[in-house]
Amino acid sequence: MSELQAKASADGGTTIRLTGPVVLAGIEALAAQLNTAGATTGPVSIDLSGITTLDTAGAWLVATTARQSGHTWIGASAAHAALIDVVSRAIPSDAPVKTRYVPFQYLEMLGRLTVAGLGGLVAITGFFGLVVARLFHTILHPSRLRLTALVFHMQQAGLNAVPIVALMAFLIGVVLAYQGADQLRQFGAQVFVVDLISISVLRELGILLTAIIVAGRSASAYTAAIGSMKMNQEVDAMRTLGLDPIEVLVLPRVLALLFMLPVLGFLADIAGLLGGALMAWYELRVTPGTFQTRLLATDVSHFLVGIAKAPFFAVIIGVIGCYQGLQVESNAVSLGRLTSRSVVQAIFMVILADATFSVFFAAMNL
Amino acid sequence: MTMPHVIEVRGLVNRFGKNVVHDGLNLDLAKGEVLGVVGGSGSGKSVLLRSIVGLRQPAAGKVTVLGAEVTGADDATMQKLERRWGVMFQDGALFSGLTVRENIEAPMRERLHLDAKLRRSLADLRIGMVGLPAKAGALYPSELSGGMRKRAGLARALALDPEILFLDEPTAGLDPIGASAFDELIGSLRQALGLSVFLVTHDLDTLQATCDRIAVIADKKVLVTGTIADMMQVEEPWVQAYFHGPRAHFDLAGQAAKKAGG
Repeated sequence: MSELQAKASADGGTTIRLTGPVVLAGIEALAAQLNTAGATTGPVSIDLSGITTLDTAGAWLVATTARQSGHTWIGASAAHAALIDVVSRAIPSDAPVKTRYVPFQYLEMLGRLTVAGLGGLVAITGFFGLVVARLFHTILHPSRLRLTALVFHMQQAGLNAVPIVALMAFLIGVVLAYQGADQLRQFGAQVFVVDLISISVLRELGILLTAIIVAGRSASAYTAAIGSMKMNQEVDAMRTLGLDPIEVLVLPRVLALLFMLPVLGFLADIAGLLGGALMAWYELRVTPGTFQTRLLATDVSHFLVGIAKAPFFAVIIGVIGCYQGLQVESNAVSLGRLTSRSVVQAIFMVILADATFSVFFAAMNL
Repeated sequence: MTMPHVIEVRGLVNRFGKNVVHDGLNLDLAKGEVLGVVGGSGSGKSVLLRSIVGLRQPAAGKVTVLGAEVTGADDATMQKLERRWGVMFQDGALFSGLTVRENIEAPMRERLHLDAKLRRSLADLRIGMVGLPAKAGALYPSELSGGMRKRAGLARALALDPEILFLDEPTAGLDPIGASAFDELIGSLRQALGLSVFLVTHDLDTLQATCDRIAVIADKKVLVTGTIADMMQVEEPWVQAYFHGPRAHFDLAGQAAKKAGG
């Protein structure tokens, strides 16, 4: 352990002698002791001849004490003196700027967030316009389409999502039939469970829940993939090579979703109806034959209304996922933040769009 | 010289699948010594460093650091060791979500119980010691240039006043003035602290200015070790090409004579 002894010297000053190791471990206690011992009127000198080990923290202590209180230090070995010299040159001369907290900072933050939010809305709209422009360009020059990438993303976002989407829709069908059965049985209107299932699955739930699952799977994957490319400067490299990131990265991903989400929605519809039919048969004794008859009696417009929403959802998910990916800065934290933001935003926008569609179709009497 | 060895590597074997990187590699680092490790690209310098600091479990062999065996060490041993060495990675490897000052404070926060003000002062000291301006402390790694990131990485490696400093290509990407200031810094630190330095580098100037001994890795083992003057005498073609090549512009003959004379 380091020790400290203070002694009054002949000339009315004080000599503080430090012995033992003066290192990072225990530096706090020593700093406090040194402060107390040095609080005298006369000149103070610090004797360093008894120090066995000195590290940069110890040297810092000697150097700052010397600078702040005007003490001198003596008796240091050549190596220790050299270290103290190196350290005292490295100590920042001016006090660091403190961050100030003003009373209205929350109000200011609110304002900044609002402006940033509106700015983000404008930016994403601009990005959407850019994607559409590139899409038309690609339609006019079909050879520019990255076919391999498109097929790859159709497999990743579409084919690979089939099991989870089908299972989810099947279970939703089961739940609807089970819950509906309880209520309808009270009125003896068991057979209407078919209308309940078919209309809610075909019109709303099949496509909405598929879009939510795809938003969770693919929007996050798009943001993470494009974001890490951005961090790795791959996107910059593309630009310098004359490749357009929108054309190379964004279009194949958005198009893949545009093609695959209606297919997934259709599969979800079928799986949901199957689940509902099975449960209706088991729980309400509605035979598959009856189920089929009643199903065919429902208006086909329910199915069309549902599936018509799929391309819109696909574009929302794809554009948000890619846009957030391109916003990633060169640090890992922003990648994580933007990935979660892209999922939340995609799901929120899908639901918002779905609500808008409901109002629209109601107004159109569909 | 019978200085105790702070690092002993014996019979190290490293493989990536079928590709053998090290085959029976032996290497020592004496206390207070600056050892420069050189070798061609892909000769396994960084893999050696990773094996020594326990980031990579070698296929065979024994690595002893500060008297404790790293190969197969338990968590408690590793924690004690990690307190006593500092590693600076090639591009700084700073935590991107923290400012430079918070990066340097991170190991202190983890290992020591210091009050915030003292920790901050010590972090600022490290920032000054590696030649960064004081205002760099509040910046995030993404706001720094490559050279500044390296310095910040070094500052973090020095945070706990380590006994052994591992440096992976420390001067690559620094301008010549910064690089020579860096060489000087290593010199003064080792002199004052008895710091032992394990330096992986390609910078011939750094080798000449800071290293006591150089180890050449080739053919999956340490081919030769010795001072830079010794290297000039080695007949092996790769070593010849390295130290007599067109980029070995410094006056080695003069240096060797001066060393012999002084």
